[in-house]
Amino acid sequence: MTDVRRIEAGQAPRDDADAGRDAAVDLSTVLAGVELPNPILTASGCFASGPEIDRFYDVEQLGAIVVKSITLEPREGLPTPRMAETPSGMLNAIGLQNPGIDAWLDNDLPWLQGKGARVVASIAGKTVADFREVARRLRHRAGIVAIEVNLSCPNVDHRGLVFACSPTASAEVITAVRREVDVPVLAKLTSDVTDVVSVAQAVVDAGAHGLTLINTVLGMSIDPDTGRPALSNGYGGLSGPAIRPIAIRNVHQVHQALPETPILGCGGVRDVTDVVQFLRAGASAVSVGTTTFVDPFAGQRLIAELRRWMAERGITSVSELIGAVHPWT
Amino acid sequence: MASRAGTMQGRIGTDDPVQASCEVLARRREGAYWLLSIACPSIAERAKPGQFVNIAVGGFGTLLRRPFSIARVSKQGVAAGTVDVVFDAHGPGTDWLTTVSVHDVVDVVGPLGTPFPLPQRKVACLLVGGGYGVAPLLYLAEELTRKGLRVDMIVGAASQERILSQIEAKRLTASVTFTTDDGSYGVHGRVTDVLEEVVENCHSGVVYACGPNPMLRAVSERCKEMKLPVQVAVEEHMACGIGVCFTCVMPMRQKDGTVRMKRSCIDGPVFNGARIAWEATRFDVGPPLLVEPEEAEAPPEVRPSEADLWGES
Repeated sequence: MTDVRRIEAGQAPRDDADAGRDAAVDLSTVLAGVELPNPILTASGCFASGPEIDRFYDVEQLGAIVVKSITLEPREGLPTPRMAETPSGMLNAIGLQNPGIDAWLDNDLPWLQGKGARVVASIAGKTVADFREVARRLRHRAGIVAIEVNLSCPNVDHRGLVFACSPTASAEVITAVRREVDVPVLAKLTSDVTDVVSVAQAVVDAGAHGLTLINTVLGMSIDPDTGRPALSNGYGGLSGPAIRPIAIRNVHQVHQALPETPILGCGGVRDVTDVVQFLRAGASAVSVGTTTFVDPFAGQRLIAELRRWMAERGITSVSELIGAVHPWT
Repeated sequence: MASRAGTMQGRIGTDDPVQASCEVLARRREGAYWLLSIACPSIAERAKPGQFVNIAVGGFGTLLRRPFSIARVSKQGVAAGTVDVVFDAHGPGTDWLTTVSVHDVVDVVGPLGTPFPLPQRKVACLLVGGGYGVAPLLYLAEELTRKGLRVDMIVGAASQERILSQIEAKRLTASVTFTTDDGSYGVHGRVTDVLEEVVENCHSGVVYACGPNPMLRAVSERCKEMKLPVQVAVEEHMACGIGVCFTCVMPMRQKDGTVRMKRSCIDGPVFNGARIAWEATRFDVGPPLLVEPEEAEAPPEVRPSEADLWGES
């Protein structure tokens, strides 16, 4: 049999000859005041709460773990089919299936605390009061370094319109959450708006410490033979490399308008060059989502690849890359 | 991702899944289906019947891995460390997989999922397979036989050419009953049309099933009526296969009567069929097959002569 290269758990593959040069690279970054050992995070909804991927590698190596969105009440989510593959991407409509904040605090958080992971708690809700109550219950919890507010939820008090599509509604949620929390707040925005900068400005004015850009892009796929939508929900969120250029544009646009606002870049990150693109566009860190579905080791791999990529170019600090996009003229 | 054949990434000394670059040892037709045999020692030594592997595929615009039930593993002998899967080409990913050549390298994650639970006491086991769903049941049959248990089988398919591994099924079991939707082989009908009779004749104490979800629903509902334990390996659209995306859920009735969405890739694919809330799924059993009763031929009125029987000599 061919040689089996056994890689011990917790060790990214590396070549000893390059170890010294790689060691000179400082991958640490600061996101909305939170110090992280590296800029590779998970994307909400693409990592469950951690133990599933910990079967492959020690997940506390990640810069931070953005967990699947937590709601006040437990949710079972939508019926299947919940997923459809599309060119270089996929659509999903899960319906925020999660155990609810109380069960999450009892079961999921202690596991993450035991691992010593840095946790970004993603929260979702149907009303402003829902968001606020979930945020309140997350107070004084060890391991939680930030809260990400998933604003791409239908607002039941406003005809089911998605919070993130309205600067006012988004700001209301952030104001309410800010009253409760003791850690920095990231507002996760959607690209499905006419002017993302106006929504970004509104949530920053409401007290968001940073932004996550972007959530999935609303899409649809139809079975040509049956005439049925590919998803039981009809519409779903498009993710994967297909949306990467849209995400990069959003990060760049917001960073140009609000250069002081920290950004967590998200959308279609697959390789180290994608990470670098997001950093250059203005992100302080990046979230990896759909790629984990294809490559369970994606987070660990990207940390190693980024270190190598920077070392090969003599770049010693992530901060050298953040916002480093140069005009043609 | 690792690319050289033989490389693997994962935890050592556990049953946890690994990611491995595997050499293709064989790719051939298996009746109406395809068989892929790959060199995967780290997966072969961890695998159990009912589990699956998730294979990265090429082809235009494909992004996600494709899940395949493990049909056979070889842990000993000259073929040690191989994993076989059987599949039907019905999309760009599986079409691409029919084009790989021997010595090509494929990227595989596995073994994944919860395997079939094995009986803790002596009991006759009935395995019910539909189409290429028979493949993982042959792997299960080997395990059950090794434990000294009696194994009987019902194999169903749309037509004769879509019956998988007839000879293998006969070799591994005490009895096999074949059914086809069009009557081209075995009993004209569906697996559930013969289920009760086979259970009675073979004194089956447990049923294991794998095949299309509507078939699994029908088998589960019949077994529930007969108060017979039933374990089914389901098939649902899967993005990740490793428990993080929540796309492949099945509604499972809990002891307190509530229905919870459970992930087929990590809580399954093997579930207690009687506890699946089938009415909350899109999988209908469908109308029964209309099988025209064959008219009994009238007995000949006169005995044939030697000349009638053998022809003029």
